[in-house]
Amino acid sequence: MKSSVNEDRRAIRPFQFVSCMELREVLGKRATDVPRLLELMEEVPSDSIYYHTHSYYLRHAYAQTLYPNDFATWAALYAHDRILGERLGVLDPFAYLSIEALRQDVIAIIDDHLSHHPSVYRIMGAEPFDFVRSYVIEAPLDRQAWTLSEFRNAVQEVEAGALYFHLCEARMRKTPGFDDFSHWLSAHDGLNMPELAAQVQRVVRLGLNLDGMRARIVSLCDGELKGYGGTP
Amino acid sequence: MAELLEQYRAVTPPGTIEFLRQLGKRLEGTRMLHVNSTRYGGGVAEMLHRLLPLFDELGIQTRWEVMVGSDAFYQTTKSFHNALQGTSQHITKGMFDAYLETNRDNAQHLNLDADVAMIHDPQPAALIGSRPSGARWLWRCHIDVSTPQPAVWQFLRPFVSQYDAAIVSLQKFARRLPVPQFIVYPSIDPLSDKNRELTQEEITSVLEKLNVPTDKPILLQVSRFDRFKDPLGVVAAYRIVKQSHDCRLVLAGGTATDDPEGTAVLAEVQEAVGVDPDVQILLLPPTANLEINALQRAATIIIQKSIREGFGLTVTEAMWKGKPVIGGDTGGITVQLIHGYTGYTVNSPAGAAFYIKRLLNEPEQIEAIGRQAKEFARNRFLITRHVQDYLGVMIHLAQGKA
Repeated sequence: MKSSVNEDRRAIRPFQFVSCMELREVLGKRATDVPRLLELMEEVPSDSIYYHTHSYYLRHAYAQTLYPNDFATWAALYAHDRILGERLGVLDPFAYLSIEALRQDVIAIIDDHLSHHPSVYRIMGAEPFDFVRSYVIEAPLDRQAWTLSEFRNAVQEVEAGALYFHLCEARMRKTPGFDDFSHWLSAHDGLNMPELAAQVQRVVRLGLNLDGMRARIVSLCDGELKGYGGTP
Repeated sequence: MAELLEQYRAVTPPGTIEFLRQLGKRLEGTRMLHVNSTRYGGGVAEMLHRLLPLFDELGIQTRWEVMVGSDAFYQTTKSFHNALQGTSQHITKGMFDAYLETNRDNAQHLNLDADVAMIHDPQPAALIGSRPSGARWLWRCHIDVSTPQPAVWQFLRPFVSQYDAAIVSLQKFARRLPVPQFIVYPSIDPLSDKNRELTQEEITSVLEKLNVPTDKPILLQVSRFDRFKDPLGVVAAYRIVKQSHDCRLVLAGGTATDDPEGTAVLAEVQEAVGVDPDVQILLLPPTANLEINALQRAATIIIQKSIREGFGLTVTEAMWKGKPVIGGDTGGITVQLIHGYTGYTVNSPAGAAFYIKRLLNEPEQIEAIGRQAKEFARNRFLITRHVQDYLGVMIHLAQGKA
């Protein structure tokens, strides 16, 4: 039975859960229309692009708003441009290995949109877009996992800040392209379960909120523990 | 008695208390000072009374100093307050001088010795000139200074610019400053009289005392009688709803005896209501926390139809009670209400009426949105998150990043 193997497997190095909070700083850069948004997009620090495309997952860990990034939501709700909102809203921030690459794509989308709809943007947005950046402040939790079962239970129970840290923050700011969970699951001194790791890695790309990601990862772990793999 | 922090465990998201303790460890032994202009009355003092014991329990030695000033000083700072929030005021040179003199006097008498000081609002802002060497000072701005009267802001800005950082309640409240400006949303205390769980007997008792029947769905707005809160718009929305749905409207607000405009607005509302036994105007004192709590818990739908708003914490208070809120699309209401998920944001009486009718037609939606609103409030607007954010700012400052 596969289940006994997975239940008994014990990592050489445990997974140490860490949680985090975000401290938000207003940059004093404000756009009242889409062309100005584009200008500022070129000059704001990468931490600000990160905040407006990733922090959503921590701010709305249990809910989903119109779009999962601030640029799209502002374009649709306050610049009254639903097409631009849709084009920006479908961007998957986890498809990028660097914030600069993501910034360039956002700029390209807005630039292309403006070139095709040059006359629309004479109207100021009802609410300005204020650029913000964030600092992540982390603290280790008193929680480790040596086995898949312990890992599964911890993922089920830790607060949203821990999920954000290991799934989002790690992927962009620590080890580009890799979340901490799949990294540990696949590592030789972790659980050495590359198939499960690959499935977990795909969960982040599904467009779920943090609570949705949590449920999928727990379900995948349950599948492994019961002796059959699941699909993310 | 259980530790205070432990009392919050049952009402905060899992892991909150542990995370606060971990953050607290990084600041253990730090001496923190708060300075404001009053120990009693007003939201800042109310919040400090509740925040300080939590900091102490986390190992941060916290003191609170209160400025002392003459009536003239408080008249001046009241004018500053209004001017900074965009209401034109006549400010004389004598008023500026009185402000500076009071700050100088207080700098000599207050004990400002601390590692980190949080100076609240404009009244004590000029104390920055007396910052002890090596101390980190934060200016905590609780008001909306996004469209201030220029003369007052130009007077205040040089002081604010000397702080290590400023903290604002909403990003749109920020001004251009040469120091970092962090965003910390206000919060409610879920264990206070205004927000704690009430038994059905307590609710019934309060409603009987206030003569509010519960025979029909209750629409409630809690706010002072202020044009920015648009009570006339609420009455207009109620009139539209009443054409098709039997319900009551309760407008609960302050007595406003010292506020001529408030008295005028109240008179306009009374005139607009006319003779309607299903509309009640309740004039409650500022201490009526239990009454507000009971009214919010008895209401079917809560309205906060502001046309201009600071943060609007009454929205969070209602959300915490599991109620759907229909709020004006302005200020901090927009970060509390996710349209269609934790409530609805509207721009007109017609919009408010539309969503009230929709909710009254779909009781299951009242329950679903109320449940989502409560969870949203739990995760974002409770006092524990407030403490966490302040700890975050202090850790950030201690790391020398600001």
